[in-house]
Amino acid sequence: MGMTMTEKILARHAGRPRASAGDNIWVNVDILMTHDVCGPGTIGIFRKQFGPNAKVWDRQKVVIIPDHYIFTNDLHAHRNIDLLRDFVKEQDLPYYYDVGTDKYKGVCHIALPEEGHTRPGEVLFGTDSHTCTAGAFGEFATGIGNTDAAFILGTGKLWVKVPETMRFEFEGPLPPYLMAKDLILHIIGDIGVDGATYRAMEFSGDGVMSLSIEERMTLCNMVIEAGGKNGVIPSDAVTERFVKSKTSKPFEAVADDPDAHFHSVRRYKTSDIQPTVAKPHSPDNRGTARECAGIRLDRAYIGSCTGGKLNDFVAAAKILKGQQVKAETYIVPATTEVARGLATTMLDGQSLTEIFQKAGAKLSQGASCAACLGGPSDTFGRLNKSEVCISTTNRNFPGRMGSKTAQVYLASPYTVAASAVTGVITDPRDFL
Amino acid sequence: MTMQEVIKGKAYVLGDNIDTDQIIPAKHLVYSLSDPEERKLYGTYALSGVPEKVAGLPKGNIPFVPEGDHRSRYQVIIGGKNFGSGSSREHAPEALQIAGITAVVAESYARIFYRNAVDGGFFIPCESTQRLIADIKTGDDLEINISAGTLKNVTSGKSYGLRPLGDVLDIVTAGGIFAYARKTGMLKP
Repeated sequence: MGMTMTEKILARHAGRPRASAGDNIWVNVDILMTHDVCGPGTIGIFRKQFGPNAKVWDRQKVVIIPDHYIFTNDLHAHRNIDLLRDFVKEQDLPYYYDVGTDKYKGVCHIALPEEGHTRPGEVLFGTDSHTCTAGAFGEFATGIGNTDAAFILGTGKLWVKVPETMRFEFEGPLPPYLMAKDLILHIIGDIGVDGATYRAMEFSGDGVMSLSIEERMTLCNMVIEAGGKNGVIPSDAVTERFVKSKTSKPFEAVADDPDAHFHSVRRYKTSDIQPTVAKPHSPDNRGTARECAGIRLDRAYIGSCTGGKLNDFVAAAKILKGQQVKAETYIVPATTEVARGLATTMLDGQSLTEIFQKAGAKLSQGASCAACLGGPSDTFGRLNKSEVCISTTNRNFPGRMGSKTAQVYLASPYTVAASAVTGVITDPRDFL
Repeated sequence: MTMQEVIKGKAYVLGDNIDTDQIIPAKHLVYSLSDPEERKLYGTYALSGVPEKVAGLPKGNIPFVPEGDHRSRYQVIIGGKNFGSGSSREHAPEALQIAGITAVVAESYARIFYRNAVDGGFFIPCESTQRLIADIKTGDDLEINISAGTLKNVTSGKSYGLRPLGDVLDIVTAGGIFAYARKTGMLKP
């Protein structure tokens, strides 16, 4: 019997001819990523376990991207950045994207591909659950904790249980009112927040392969919201063109064997899917934008690793152009590259920045995770009261964006922008 | 921590899908985990994100950690499905350990949280063979026997089954991934 892509990548990194779902194996790691929230803890364990003079296993394979608590006056948060800086200096690490310098990037999952650290066929671990985003590049990528990350820092290896793969096939290109966010919210509604626990989620079919690389990232980004270990999309010409434009490092793409065994296969027609929302307080609490139409909103939020990429803002701008927002609207670019894109990308003669400003939206002064996960109380866009918010982010757990009494609806940038304009949840087809 | 065979303690009961934002809200993720004093703050704020009405079932409104303290009066958490979903923050299992938790018994776990609990050696993540959250009350006295695979509710006299630890038993027994790697010769002692 053949192997799935995920089995094949893990087998190759364990130096074995094959690996099957359920095997526990040690794999060699291509990239370890950490950030300001989990980096300090990881470094602490690394020093304790390997000694004060220990060196990381491979300087070229460690990537440190501060992104969570950047634009805050919280002194503990600032100290954590200092700890990263000291470690980078001590270990002489080349891939550090420091705050307050030209190298600063912002949200790690968007920064990784922009800087060429995501490559087909590789194994990437990161101390953040949304590390699964990088599966969009045809690689195995998943989130881990500080202890596992410290183990990798010292040894370059980690044990993994090879996951079974659930396959999701989408037939037909996306209708003009849908985005990848609608597809993944639809799937999570079908299988539940623990529907893919311990498993890989593989996305394929012409509907998926017709998506841009940014939209593929949105699909893989939210597999963790179904409990998935990793999300993965086979690499194709779109993937290779993107990756080769960012790095000259060689890579070897992998594909499913024709006789690979899957846990399950689900097939969808994209034309059957509606603009979808996740209602409070769970990503699997699915409704359509039509069903939720009229729910009053205090706030709209467009940002994060899920919904803060340039294509997400282009989508929002299509709807916000020439309009005035009725709900307070916050715009947070994921990375500095996306932020530059807002100023330079034109839509009918206006930059995205101009469109957002004229619509009355509030633009963040910097790229970061910001209010997606609440953060320190002075975080831009944080929900500090019982606000009702519609957001392009990934989680609507109680208190996720700040206050436990706030309510968060998750939706695509189209739906969020349409709802911002009317002040109530609105199907984007009313504008498109 | 190496594994204790028999764990005794009072129960703190929670529902389904207890995510890591509820276990330790993100604004608290800034404290040092290596400073012995500062790390106590993780105990102080452990489970502070759980909505009050479902904090300590069946009644709710029971603080997990008394105000101004960092240690809980409860040592065993009883949870429903998908315990520890969401973020990969290892601060979550560590906050529970700092608050004095020695075991969690849930119907199922989100995998990163489970893995962090095992590899970090913070406490034993047990899986129950049946749903317990309607049967066990916050404050009940519990006794867990790991090798026998049983959970006894001393207060009610009822006993329940636990699933075998399976693949992770050796790591749990060693007390975490580093201890396991040293024991098996992968790392120098």
